[in-house]
Amino acid sequence: MLEIRDLEVYYGVIRALKSISLRVKEGEIVTLIGANGAGKTTSLRTISGLLRPHAGSILLNGVDVTQLSPRERVKEGMSHVPEGRRVFPMMSVLENLELGAFLRRDKEGIEEDLTHVYERFPILFDRRKQMAGTLSGGEQQMLAIGRALMSRPKVLLLDEPSMGLAPLLVQEIFNIIQTINEAGTTVLLVEQNANMALQIASRAYVLETGSIVLSGEAKTLLESEEIKKAYLGGK
Amino acid sequence: MALLQKGWLKYILMLLVFVVGQVLVMTGILNDYLFATLTTLCINIILAVSLNLITGFTGQFSLGHAGFMSIGAYVCALITMRISTIPGFLLGVFAGACAAALVGFIVGLPTLRLRGDYLAIATLGMAEIIRIVFLNLEITNGAAGLNGVPQFVTWPWLFLFTAGTIHLISNFIHSAHGRACITLREDEIAAESIGIDATRYKVTAFVMGAFFAGIAGSLYASYFYFLRPTLFGFSRSIDILVIVVLGGIGSLSGSVIAAILLALISTYLQSFPELRMVFYAVALVVIMILRPQGLMGSKELSFDLLRNLGRSRKRRSS
Repeated sequence: MLEIRDLEVYYGVIRALKSISLRVKEGEIVTLIGANGAGKTTSLRTISGLLRPHAGSILLNGVDVTQLSPRERVKEGMSHVPEGRRVFPMMSVLENLELGAFLRRDKEGIEEDLTHVYERFPILFDRRKQMAGTLSGGEQQMLAIGRALMSRPKVLLLDEPSMGLAPLLVQEIFNIIQTINEAGTTVLLVEQNANMALQIASRAYVLETGSIVLSGEAKTLLESEEIKKAYLGGK
Repeated sequence: MALLQKGWLKYILMLLVFVVGQVLVMTGILNDYLFATLTTLCINIILAVSLNLITGFTGQFSLGHAGFMSIGAYVCALITMRISTIPGFLLGVFAGACAAALVGFIVGLPTLRLRGDYLAIATLGMAEIIRIVFLNLEITNGAAGLNGVPQFVTWPWLFLFTAGTIHLISNFIHSAHGRACITLREDEIAAESIGIDATRYKVTAFVMGAFFAGIAGSLYASYFYFLRPTLFGFSRSIDILVIVVLGGIGSLSGSVIAAILLALISTYLQSFPELRMVFYAVALVVIMILRPQGLMGSKELSFDLLRNLGRSRKRRSS
């Protein structure tokens, strides 16, 4: 479904991503874990088109999207939930969700998806007229995910959905990601919370200072001594 | 039905403003001096509303609005000085606005990649370049400027262009394209992540703003009948920005109210010429301390707002 080949990204002269390759198969949850500054967000932003790679290619359903704008990638079925939620603070919850469907013209389909998002996140329905900036962190995260779902994506790119949330809420968000995946959306999840991410993912890649150092089945990684020591706080 | 009635009410109000203005002009209550103030007011409203589209709604901090205004003014003046008829005047206004929009496009495409203060400096530089160009061109008669621009601006034209500008920009903001512009102010990365083409909408807002600033400039030329490059310096851009900030970033009615308020203050202060600018400055400082978000914040003056205000008053008193 999504394939990344030898991706290279520079910030000025600094090489932020060093020849990264990864693939996400249809229906999977794949997670990209790593410490601060490893290049997780950079990878995701490059995949969604917010950053331009210097080399390498990005394929979505076999189509090379490397040269496409973010807008065209959304049309191709990619949806990015940016790091730190980034809802539109001075707009209502409903407006935020409607804007998620900005590129769509099928009114009935949009209505339908809006109902689905409200079913998935009943709190958003209760708060639909409230300004998004007044929501709590967890609610904003739900709104950001709901907004991304409004474009009816095939692949959902999630950037640190657990950031700054209470443990109980993190659990809830991860459950939601799982149900979204079960409903047929492929997920690429970038996380610092390796433990949680590995529990819901089928496969994982470990990123360290711009290169992928390890990859494999999430279950295997969850038990690997190396990972435990480096990311899970085990001994 | 209620919506329809509200829509009608807006048009009835507009008609009322027009009729009242017309009666005042015809009866001579609005003498030449007051009419000049009214013209300045209407021009300021057009400038502020169009700058608000760029700065307030799209979030692109521009300090070059006077530059666009001067393009409209000079183009319109040059045309009406050759074709001194009403069609010539309309052609001049249209050509002035289009020329300003064209320059907005040429300047906007590269500079709108810049953000915040960088963009402010770039637009400031642009306005200065435009001014220097007019200062050195033969056809604009350099520093001496153009004299004897035919006067075509009357109350109906003034009203038509001012109300038209407000109406068009307001419609734009409430359209899907307008909302796309607002998302850029709110969060550019989020906007791009949902598929909004940031550059395209920034340039659209910038070009539209320049277009209407060109109209304001054209009206200026056709009323005040002489133009000099110094009229369109940095301080005019700041004056416009003051109206926008004072009225509320992202509130069209705020811009209108602030323009009216400032016109009233400065007209009233005419009687104290030596203290005028002092009072004016103090008034600005006081208003900004009391209402840092601007008179209207980002809200619009609407019947709903008034009703809600009434309701909360009642609740507080009961």
